[in-house]
Amino acid sequence: MNEKAPWWVGILGWGTAFVIFLPILIIAITAFKTEQDAYSLSLLFKPTLQSFNEVFERSHYLGFVSNSVYVSLGSTIASLALAVPAAYSLAFFPGKRAQKILLWMLSTKMMPAVGVLIPIYLLAKTTLLLDSITGLIIIYTLINLPIAVWMAFTYFNEVPKEILEAARIDGANAWQEMLHLLLPTALPGLASTALLLVIFSWNEAFWSLNLSSVNAAPLTVFIASYSNPEGLFWAKLSAASLLAIAPILVLGWLAQKQLVRGMTFGAVK
Amino acid sequence: MNKTLTTAIAAAFVGLAGVASAATVTIATINNPDMIELQKLSKTFEQANPDIQLRWVTLEENVLRQRVTTDIATGSGQFDLMTIGAYEAPIWAAKNWLTPLDMPANYDVNDVIKTVRDGLSLKGKLYAVPFYAESSMTYYRKDLFDAKGLKMPEQPTWTDIQGFAEKLTDKAAGVYGICLRGQAGWGENMALVGTMVNTYGGRWFDQSWKPTIDTPEWKKAVTTYVDILGKYGPPGASANGFNENLVLFGSGKCAMWVDATVAAGMLYNGKESKVADKVAFAAAPQGTSPKGAHWLWMWSLAVPKSSKNQAAAQKFAAWATSKEYIALVAKDKGWASVPSGTRESTYANPEYQKAAPFASFVLSAINTANPTDATVQKVPYIGVQFATIPEFQSIGTVVGQNVAGALTGKLTIDQALKNSQASTERAMKQAGYLK
Amino acid sequence: MTQQVLNATVAPLPPGETLTPAAQPRSKLPLASLMLTPSVAVLFLWMLVPLLMTLYFSAIRYNLLNPDQTGFVGIDNYRYLLEDPAFWPAVGHTLTLIGSVLGISVVGGLLLGVLFDQPFAGRGIARLLVIAPFFVMPTVSALIWKNMILHPVYGLWANIFRAIGLQPIDWLAQYPMWSVIVIVSWQWLPFAFLILLTALQSLDQEQKEAAQLDGAGPIRIFVYITLPHLSRAIAVVVMIETIFLLSIFAEIFTSTAGGPGTETTTLTWLIYSIGLQQFDIGIASAGGVIAVVLANVVSFFLVRMLSKNLKGEYEK
Repeated sequence: MNEKAPWWVGILGWGTAFVIFLPILIIAITAFKTEQDAYSLSLLFKPTLQSFNEVFERSHYLGFVSNSVYVSLGSTIASLALAVPAAYSLAFFPGKRAQKILLWMLSTKMMPAVGVLIPIYLLAKTTLLLDSITGLIIIYTLINLPIAVWMAFTYFNEVPKEILEAARIDGANAWQEMLHLLLPTALPGLASTALLLVIFSWNEAFWSLNLSSVNAAPLTVFIASYSNPEGLFWAKLSAASLLAIAPILVLGWLAQKQLVRGMTFGAVK
Repeated sequence: MNKTLTTAIAAAFVGLAGVASAATVTIATINNPDMIELQKLSKTFEQANPDIQLRWVTLEENVLRQRVTTDIATGSGQFDLMTIGAYEAPIWAAKNWLTPLDMPANYDVNDVIKTVRDGLSLKGKLYAVPFYAESSMTYYRKDLFDAKGLKMPEQPTWTDIQGFAEKLTDKAAGVYGICLRGQAGWGENMALVGTMVNTYGGRWFDQSWKPTIDTPEWKKAVTTYVDILGKYGPPGASANGFNENLVLFGSGKCAMWVDATVAAGMLYNGKESKVADKVAFAAAPQGTSPKGAHWLWMWSLAVPKSSKNQAAAQKFAAWATSKEYIALVAKDKGWASVPSGTRESTYANPEYQKAAPFASFVLSAINTANPTDATVQKVPYIGVQFATIPEFQSIGTVVGQNVAGALTGKLTIDQALKNSQASTERAMKQAGYLK
Repeated sequence: MTQQVLNATVAPLPPGETLTPAAQPRSKLPLASLMLTPSVAVLFLWMLVPLLMTLYFSAIRYNLLNPDQTGFVGIDNYRYLLEDPAFWPAVGHTLTLIGSVLGISVVGGLLLGVLFDQPFAGRGIARLLVIAPFFVMPTVSALIWKNMILHPVYGLWANIFRAIGLQPIDWLAQYPMWSVIVIVSWQWLPFAFLILLTALQSLDQEQKEAAQLDGAGPIRIFVYITLPHLSRAIAVVVMIETIFLLSIFAEIFTSTAGGPGTETTTLTWLIYSIGLQQFDIGIASAGGVIAVVLANVVSFFLVRMLSKNLKGEYEK
C-alpha cells in the first residue's frame, strides 16, 4: 500500500469531498454577497462585507461567542473532572457491576430532552439558574458525562496492566497511580474526549435555546434570531451561520488528528 | 435626532416613572424588520433615559412564542417586556399574567384604533400596546392583469380569484397565479383558511362548543384553498409562510397574493421590492358571505406581572408605540415604512397618505374586522381567524397540519377534515368543554 | 447492543490479564467506589428527578396556558396520547429515520473509509472537507439545506434541474422524510467515516497479504477479513448514533417542523409539539415516559440483532 493510488481514486476522493463540503462552501460564498446576489448561484459577484456588518450591528456577536466558549469549556472540564475518576474506578476495579453501570449511564442519554424540559425549567427557575452560564454548564455536564466516562474508560483499558501491577508492588497508592502512570498514558485520549465534548456542547441547540435568553445565550440563540426573518435574508443568514460555525470548525480541523485518534470508543484494536 | 423632541419625550416620561433608578429592561421580540428597526432606533430612547438599559432577545416567531409562554406561565420573570399577539393578549390578561397599562396623557390612548385597542383590552383595561396591527387584503400585479385584459374587482370573490389565477399562471416564465400561506400553523395557513371558512359560512365551534370542521362549509373553503394554491401556486407552497411569500411576490413570481396588510408598506417600497410600481390591491376575497373575510392581528408589547422592572418596561412600551416613535421611523426610513395599523393620527397624516396609497384602504379593513361578529352562524368565541380560548393554539396547529397535508396531496381533503374534526373533538373533550 | 459494545471495550483483555478484585489489595476498594460515586450520584439524580417529575406531571392535568385546570387524571394523558392518530406513525417515523441514517452513514462511511484508505494526493485536506459537517450546528445545517440546497425555486437542486430541463422537485413537500434523512445523514456520515477509517487503518496488512497469497480476491478479503475486523467499530457507530438520533430535534424543527401533515413527525417532535407548541405538559410528560420505554426497547432489540452478527468476533 505504499505505492500511489491510481489517478481516478484521487478524482473520486476529491469529488466526494467536494460534494460533502459543498453546503458549507455555499454559505461561505453567499456570506460575502449582497442580498440581491445571494439568490443566484453565480460565482461572479463583488465580495462585500455588508452582511457581516449588518450582523455585527444587530447582534452582540462577541457576547454570544464568549458565552459559547464559557459554557463549552466549563461543562467539558466539569465532565472530565467527574468522569476520569469514575472511569478509573470502572476500568481497574471492575467488579460485577461495572458493565451494568456503564450501560445504565449511557441509557440516561436516551431520555428525550423535550419530555423533561418543563420539569428542568421549573427546577432551574427555583434554583435561580435560568439564563445563567452555571445552569447551562450543569446541564451540559450531565448530558455529556456518560460519553466522557465511556471514552475515558476505553483509554484506561488500553493501558498495559503490567505497569500498574508493578507500580502496586512498589507500593504506589491509587492517586499516585492515576497521576503518574495513567494520566500521561491516557492523556491523548482524554484530550480527544475533551474535544468531542466541546463540539457537542457548542452545537447543542435545545437546552440553550430554552434555558437562556440574555446573560447566558450562546451562539445557538444567536442563530435563532436569523432564521426565517422577513424579506431577503440569505446573505445575512449565511454570514451569521458562518460566524456561528467558524470557531468550532477551525478548532475541529486543527485538532482533527487528535480527534481521529481518540474518537474510536475502544472500537479499534 | 431632533434634540427638542428627545427632551420632550424625556420630560414627558419623568413624571410617569417617578424617581428614576437604574433599571434593565429585557425585551423578548420577533426578528421581523419592524422590530429590528425598533431595536436600532431604541438607542434614542436609551440616550434620553440613561437610567434605563435595554437588552434584546430577538428570536424567530415560533421560538419566541414558546419562550415567552413558558416564561409567563411559570412566572419566571426573565422578560420585562414581551411581544405578544392578538390571541395571547386577552387570554393572558384573563389569567392575570399581565400588568394593566396606564398610559400617560400625552400617549393619547384614544388615538389608537378602536378595534385594535379593544382587542388588547379586557374589561375596559388595556393590557398591551400595539406595535403594529394588520388585516388581510389581496395584492395583485396590475401589469399582468392588463396584459391579459383582466380587471380585478374592488371586492373579489374566491371564484374570481380562482379564474384569474388560472389565466395568469405562466410556469414557463416562472410566474405563478397565486401565492398563499401554506406552512402549517394556527398563525400561518390557518389564519388564511380561517377567514375562508368564515366567508363560506363556516365556524370553528357551534354554540355548545362542538367542533364543526366536518361541515360542508369547511369542505367548500378547504377545497377552494387546496384547488387554487395546489394548481396555481408556486412550488413548495406548503413551506411558505408570510415571509416566503413576501419574497416571492416582491421578486415578481406571483400574480396575486392574499395576505397581511403590513406587506403593503414593503411591497410599495422600491428599495425592497421589484414590483413597487406594478402592485395594486383589492379587498380580501369573499366566499358566500362578507363576514370574517379579513382577519385582525396585532403584534403588541405587554408587561408580564412577573417583571421586576415594571415602570421602566412600561415606559419603553409607551415610547415604542408612541406617535413620536412613528415620526422617528418616518425620518429614518420614510413614511411608507412606519409601523402601520395602530394610530388614527398616522392615517390622518397627509405625508403618510401620500407615501402610502393603500392607507385609507388598510384603515377601513382594520376598522371593519370585527372579532365579535366574524361568522354567519352564532359562535361562543371571540376572534376572526382564531378562537380566543387557550386550547385553540393546539387545535389550530393540528388542523393546520392536516390542511397542509391535504395541500401536498398526502391526505385527501375529506381525510384531512375528518382527522381535524376527530382531534378537535378530542381536545375539547379533554379540556372539559364537551362531555 | 450497548452490551455488545461494552463487551467490545472490555474484551481486549483476555480473562487472564483482567485485574480481578481478588488480585488487588482489598483496602483500595473503598477509594474506587469513592471515585465512582460522584458520577453515579449526579447521573442518578439527573435521571431520577426529571423522571419522577415527568411521571408526576404525566398523571395530572397540566396545561401551561390553562394552569387553573389541575387534578389527578390517572392514565388519561397516556390514553389520550396513544389514541392520537399521529402517535404510532410517529414511532414508525422515528424508526425509519434512525434506521435510514444508520444505514446511510455506516455504508457510506465504509465506502468513504475504503476510499480514503487509498494514498491519493491531497488526501489529508480532502479528509478535512469530509469531516467538516460533523462540526456544524444542527440548526445551521438544516437552514443551509432547507434554503440553499433543497429550496424548490432558488436551491441548488432546483437550479441543476432547470439547467438540464427538468421541473424542479419540491423536496421538503414531496419527499419530506427523505429530505430530513439526507440532512441528518450529512451530519453523521463524517462521524461514521472517522471511526471506520481509523479502524480500517489499523487493519493488519500482513493478514491481508497472506490472504492475497492464498489467492483471495479483494472482495473476499473485504468480506472475510476487513468486515469482521470492522464489526466492533460498526457497533460503536451504531450505538453512539442511535443515542443521538433518538432525540433528534433541531433538524426537524428547522426544516419541516414535523410536516407536511405529520409526515416527518417523530416521537421527539410529537412530544415537543404537544408540550411546547400546544403547551400541554401533562400529555407531553406521558409522551416522555413512553419515549424512555421505547428507547430501551429499541436498544434491547439492537443488542439482540447485533450480538448475533457479531458473535464470532467476541467468542475468542
